[in-house]
Order: sequence, then C-alpha cells, then structure tokens
Amino acid sequence: MTVNLTKGQAISLQKNDGGSLTAVRMGLGWQAAPRRGLFGSRTREIDLDASAVLFAGKQPVDVVFFQHLVSDDGSVRHTGDNLVGGAGQGGDDESILVDLERVPVHIDQIVFTVNSFTGQTFQEVQNAFCRLVDETNGEELARYTLAGGGNYTAQIMAKVHRVNGAWTMTALGAPANGRTFQDLIPVILPHL
Amino acid sequence: MTAELVRGQNHPLSEVRLEIRISAGSPVVAAATLGDDSGRVRGAEWVVHPGAPVLPGLEVSRQAAAEHRLAVDLAAVPEAVHRVDVLLALPTAGGGPARFGAVPAPFVAVTALDGTELVTYTITGLDAESAVIALELYRRQDAWKVRAVGQGYTGGLPELLTHQHLPEPHRLATAVEEAVTQGLARSIAPPPPRTQHGDRPRRTPARAAGPDRSESAVASAPRAADGDRSGQAPAFGPDQADPAVSTGHVPTQPVASHDGPASGVPGQSATQPPYPDQSSPGRGAPQAARPDGSGHPAPAGGPVDYRHPRRQSAAPQPTAPGEPVPQSADPGASGTPAPAAVPPPSTPTAPAGGPVDYRHPRQRSATPPTAPAQPVAGDATGWSMDERLYNQVWGMFEDLARTTAAYRSAVDFAESRMEKEIDQVLADPRSRIGGRAETAREAARAKHTQLVDQARAALDRDLDQLTAESEVVEPALPPAYARWDNPVWHGYRVPMEIPMAVRLGDLHLPESPSLRIPLLVRLPLQRGLWIDSGRLPSVFEDEPFADEGEVRRLAMEAAVAHAARLLAVHPPGEFDVHVIDPAGSGARALAPLVHADVLAGPPAAGAAGVADVLSRLTQRVDLVQMAVRGGAPDALPPGFDTSEQLLIVNDFPHGFDDRAVTQLRYLADEGPAVGVHLLMVADREDAAAYGPLLDPLWRSLLRLTPVPDDHLADPWVGHAWTYEPPAVPQGSQVLQLVLTQVATARRDWNR
Repeated sequence: MTVNLTKGQAISLQKNDGGSLTAVRMGLGWQAAPRRGLFGSRTREIDLDASAVLFAGKQPVDVVFFQHLVSDDGSVRHTGDNLVGGAGQGGDDESILVDLERVPVHIDQIVFTVNSFTGQTFQEVQNAFCRLVDETNGEELARYTLAGGGNYTAQIMAKVHRVNGAWTMTALGAPANGRTFQDLIPVILPHL
Repeated sequence: MTAELVRGQNHPLSEVRLEIRISAGSPVVAAATLGDDSGRVRGAEWVVHPGAPVLPGLEVSRQAAAEHRLAVDLAAVPEAVHRVDVLLALPTAGGGPARFGAVPAPFVAVTALDGTELVTYTITGLDAESAVIALELYRRQDAWKVRAVGQGYTGGLPELLTHQHLPEPHRLATAVEEAVTQGLARSIAPPPPRTQHGDRPRRTPARAAGPDRSESAVASAPRAADGDRSGQAPAFGPDQADPAVSTGHVPTQPVASHDGPASGVPGQSATQPPYPDQSSPGRGAPQAARPDGSGHPAPAGGPVDYRHPRRQSAAPQPTAPGEPVPQSADPGASGTPAPAAVPPPSTPTAPAGGPVDYRHPRQRSATPPTAPAQPVAGDATGWSMDERLYNQVWGMFEDLARTTAAYRSAVDFAESRMEKEIDQVLADPRSRIGGRAETAREAARAKHTQLVDQARAALDRDLDQLTAESEVVEPALPPAYARWDNPVWHGYRVPMEIPMAVRLGDLHLPESPSLRIPLLVRLPLQRGLWIDSGRLPSVFEDEPFADEGEVRRLAMEAAVAHAARLLAVHPPGEFDVHVIDPAGSGARALAPLVHADVLAGPPAAGAAGVADVLSRLTQRVDLVQMAVRGGAPDALPPGFDTSEQLLIVNDFPHGFDDRAVTQLRYLADEGPAVGVHLLMVADREDAAAYGPLLDPLWRSLLRLTPVPDDHLADPWVGHAWTYEPPAVPQGSQVLQLVLTQVATARRDWNR
C-alpha cells in the first residue's frame, strides 16, 4: 500500500489490521549531480539531509540529524550522512530508523524533514524522493517525489504521533526553505 | 549441524564471516591463494601468507603454528575473487618433520563467528607431501561453498604454487619461508595479540564504539612497532619492525598462543582448546559458569515477570476476552493519559508467579511469544569470547546510558510542564475563585506523577532486562574483566596472552545503584592512570573519609590493586612494574607487591631513587622511539626487553626536582606510545606550586578515585557515572594467591 503523495497532502495511515506501527524508517534518495569539468572535479555536489525532530508537548526535545546520529534515548537512529547522493535508482541514500516502542514516554510526535544542505532547490535535483517504510515488514507507507517539486530547499515530510496510545503516521509534505532543521522549526510548529 | 566432509565433498556456507581453525600435530604454515572466475591466481598479491598476512577479508597467522585460526570475511573479499584456497605447508626450517606422513592428520574446521562448526575435514592419506591444499571456498551463484580438497604436493610449497599457475612460485615460496624463519628466529616472542586486537575492534562495528574506538586508533598509530606489522603487511620480513626480541620462551608455547585472531580467553590454559564446549557454541563456557547452569532462566529469587505490567495477560493470550486489542498490540506506547491504573512496576516484578520473560519488549510484540531471548553471556559480535564479552559489556553500558537518558528527559519534561501549568493557574484571575486553583494544581500534579510513573515503568523494564543480562555476564567474565570476588580468580592461572581489556572498576547511575557496569579499558593502556588522593569526593562528603591520611592510604591500596591486576593479566615478562615511593609512605600498601617479589626492582626512595628510575625509563622511551622512528628496531641493544612498563609514583611531587618533573611529563606524553605508562597516586593540590605547568600532565591521565565518585562521563549522553574502585573482599587472600602465581611464572620466565 504505497501512497504517492503530492505536497501538502495530509492523510492518516494506520495498519490495516488495526495494529499500530512499531518501527518505521524514513528513507531519502537522490541522484548525484552529473560530473562536470575535464576531471569531473567541478561537480556541484547535491547534499540532501534527512532529520527527525522529537517533540514532547510541542517542545523540541531531541533532534537526530547528521551531527547527532542517535537520539540520546537510542530510539531514533540516523544511518549516516550522505554528501553527494546515489545512483538515483530508487535506493535510499540516507535513512532514519525509529523504534517506536523505545521512544520515551513523553515524546508524542516525531517530525521528519528533508533539507538541501548545499542549497539546490528540489527543482534542480534529479530523481529525489523520500519515503516512509514500515520497518517490520518492509512495506512502503508513503512516498513523495521531491524532484521538480518547486522552488523549495526543504520539506516537512511527515510526522508519527501517538493517538490513543498507538502510533500513527500523518503525511505533511509541507514545503519550506532552510539549510538545516533549525530553520524549519517555525514551519514545523503549526503542524504539531 | 556440523558437516563432516570427506575429500572432494562440498557444502554450502550459510555465513560469510568465518573462522577457519586448523590443528596439526606440529607447526604448519597456513596461507591462502585467491583465484578469479577462471581459477587463476593473478599474482603474488593474491596470496595471503605469513609474509603478507592480511588481504581484504582474509587474515592468516604470521608464524608457523600447530593451531591456526584464520579470519575470513567473504563479503569483504574483492568481487573479482571467486575462489579461496586454504593451504598448509610444513616449514622447511626449524628442523621439524618434512612430510605430512610424519605428523598427525591435520584437522580443519570452518566455524561461524559464534564458534558453531559448519564443516570439518580431516586431511587423511598424506604421506611424502609437505604442502597441501586443505579447503577451497568458492562462489557458486552468488553464494559461497566450501570443498574439502586435500590435494598434497611432495614438492612442497613451490610445487603447490606452481600448480596454481602463479608467476615466480619459487620466489614467493622463499618469501614465505623467510617470513616463517624470521618468525621462528624471533623466537616465539608472544605473537602480539595487541596488534591483532588493535586491528580487530576497528572492524567490528557499532558496539565496540565507545570512547575506546578512538583510543584504539590513536593507540595503534603511534605504536609503530606493532602497527607496521599489521598495517604494511606486504613488506617481507615484517618482524624487522618489531623490537620484541625476547628470549627464553619455550618453543612449544607459541603453538598455543598463535591462535591468531581469536586470542583466546584469558584464564583458560593454553593447552586447552579455547572453546571447550564446541557443541553449544557461543554459550558453552559462559553458560557453564552461569549461576543456575540450566538453560532456563530462573535466577535466584524465584520467578520474576519482566514483562510490561500491561502486557502480562495480553501478550501470552492475545485473544483473551476483555483485552482491548490495540492495547495488546502496542502496550509500550503509553503516551496517552488513559491508563491511570498502570501499577508501579515494582509490584509485578515481585514474586508474581509465572515464568521469567527475558525477551526484549520489542521482540515480544513483533514475534509472537515463541522464542524467549534469554540473556546469554558473550551475546555480541567479536572474534573471540574475550572480545564478545568486551563488546557486550560496552553494549550494556550504552543501553543503560540511553534508557536512563530517556527517563531523565521524561522527568524533566513532566516537571517543566507541571510548573508551566501551575503558573498558568496562578496567572488566571478566574481560578482564584473558590477551590478552582487547588483543583487545577492537583490536576497538574497528577499529570506529572502519571508521566513520571510511566517513565519509571519503562526504565524499570529496561533495568530488569539489563540486570538479568548482568547476572549472566558477570560470572562468565575472564579474570581481566572480573571483580576480585569473582570465583574465576580462585582458578587463576598466569595467562599466555594479553587480554583485550582490563577492568578498572564499576560504574553505576543513581537511578540504578545496584546495576554495575564493568569499566573495561583497552590494553595496552592508551593513557596513564591517576588515583586521586586529594579532594574529598563529592558524593560521599558525609562519609568518614574526612581523614586525609585515610584517603591517601586507600589511594595507594587502589593503585596496588590495579597494578596487581595488570600484572596478573599479562603473560610473564610482558609487564613490569616500577615504583617510586620517595618517602616510603606507601610501604604498607606496597607490601603485597614487594613480598610477592613481582616488582621490577625495590621501590625507589629519596631524590636519588626518583632520579634513577625516571632517567632509566626516559632513556628507554628515547631508545625505543628512536629505533622505531629510524625504522631500525634491530638496533636496540641485545637483550632489551620490550614489555610494557608501569611506573607507580607515590607522593608526587615529593622527591621531585625540576628535572624529574620534566622527565615525568615527558613519560606521560611519549610513554604510552612505546609501552611506558604512569600510575600516579597524587593530590593535585600538593603540586599546586608548579602552577599550570602540570595541567597537561593531569589531563593526560585517566582520573580514578580511591572511593566512589561521580566524575566519569559516558561517550553517548554524558551522564555523570559513579565510579567505584575494584575492592578486594575483606580478608580475602585472592590478591596474595594471584601474586604468588605471577611471581612464580616470572621466575620461571626469567630463567
């Protein structure tokens, strides 16, 4: 059940069997910039970054991004920064794993964001996407196509939040501008 | 299931990270050739042998030995490689047997990293051959298989290599022989496990991380003597860079100590196979040491239920009527205020009845209640039990740091939320009417309590699990990692190999005072130690340590205990302890070391003694450094022993003149790289007269305390951990017994 989302679309996702998500992964992939110059050294690398912000009652408590790869409580893990992108064949170049059962009790929302660290807008990036995967069975929950997505350098992807004790995911897909997640906090707040 | 292969038979390999264990009756050379898809060995760089012991994904021993363990990671082998032939050859030098017919049939086992034997093969029917292709690992449709080959060559290694279509087979065979000969000439200097360990942890991901990751990198860089050998392997005659020219070793010893990657479990005697219980690998040794010994987790104290309180009835019978399904599906997510009825977790963990459930909460809900993942000692990655336990302990350390971080963060949030809500109540004029304010305040407090209770429940669930793990891990620890009260010390025997790490004490957090994490520090030491005999520890200010002399005495005793442990976990002749005790004030504490006669010399007293010891050690550092930097370790004076040196300095700066202080700083800076370490027992205040001059010295040392103190931070979250020094049980003779054995071994070794 892949939902292909356009920007701004918000839907709730709950597992078909009525259960809730236990582990999700946000994957981000894009195609590396083509090589330029005689020796391929004049390439303007594209560096997209995936981040996750942990909120407790609308207060940001912890952030997982390329400089802080594991949340202090260990429940959210970033697999590592990719500075240039990949083959653009649909593989994830950066991933953030969330073990929802290990998330501390006071954290009620986790927001996923994507930024263009090197400043290219999503119009300029080839084959960029981000997706959310149910890590327990590998099922793709939602996918956004970022490429050609307009004159933005960031996107608030989605949030997972607690609803009646169970985790639910809501796709946000809100465009924004910013180099790192810090620039996005004001844009995130209305979505909490 | 172990498949016992006969010649020519093949078997699929379920793992790509393997260990190939070889045991032969007499020393053999182990090597491997790599072949491409057409079976061709492309050149000498595709051969891994004692002269070039490391290639991506493959490592062999640098010497001939009766026991080998080759580390193989087929996933790391270059794409172009389709075949790996494992070879054995009898060394031509050394006067050993010249034909396989004269030695017992070599036995080869391919094992998984946990020690499970996948296949075994006994190479029978050899006679005049002096080299043999034992096994072939080969790619077949993206999977690896193993074949028992057993092809022998009477012409030895040259003929074998010729047969492999190698260019210049004789030259390569000669190179192998040279490497082996030099290995023998080096006489059997204990193969430096530190070199191998120095490499290995960097290959093990994740859990080995810790602060030690950087330390080990730092360590092996300046340790050029060893680094050269592992790093620039292809250089023939690798031992030229090794200043370890030790003599006096009995030639049979290397056999056991050449185990290669898995450098054995300290405390296990060299004559035993390191994995005595191969039928239940990974669990064998530790389980035997478990307190209950049974497969069922029934720790002392009767049945305990570690499951989340709300999960108790729901989990085993998901269809139990009346149980709300969503709750049973995800009981961990208790963020909503609904269940005010969450009982404090201590209630269900008390004797609630029912079997213990050690499963990780995650695994419990993900997979139906089938396989309980009871904690097992050695349940981590690593090339040896030593390393697996080390990684496991560090994993527990990290888990405890993180789960406590989650708890503290939740409590902080609950408090700030409560304050905010109460502030709002007070700010709202309407609430001043009647009992409204009180009601609202009560509500805010209730919300606070509820969240804190939930956080505590989650913490307790994790603590229970970690405690259960700790209960199986502690008894399984080898002496180097074990507390002094661990029975393993009573069965202590002088080790043949340097362990991976040593325990310097225990760490715990205020939330879980009974859960002690061993503070394991890598060997060889990367930095000196400083037992702080000054400044009363903050956490125990009210305790009766007010007497300054008492603290100093305890500090010296702690230093002696650390030194004794370091002596005990090193093979004889690998570790020397010097003492500077200018005023003789440490004489009483030093008595065990002095009486057992395990020191390199009597404690140096007076200014002259200080100057003497310092200049000797400084000179030593100079020499080794010069030799190493100049690339001529051979130039070291004959008989120069290169064991690790520990210098205990008591009462600093008493007895030190400016020159001695400079030398001490030099030792602190340059010593660790060449195996000279400081163990300072000092009060920083005493040296205050030197001003900031000594700051770098103190900073370069790992500060420990003679009494519990919360000054150590973990590398992940930065909690302040309470350090507790390792205590020898009151009235226990264990230290004396151990030191007696060390002394005996040292005497035998010196002879």
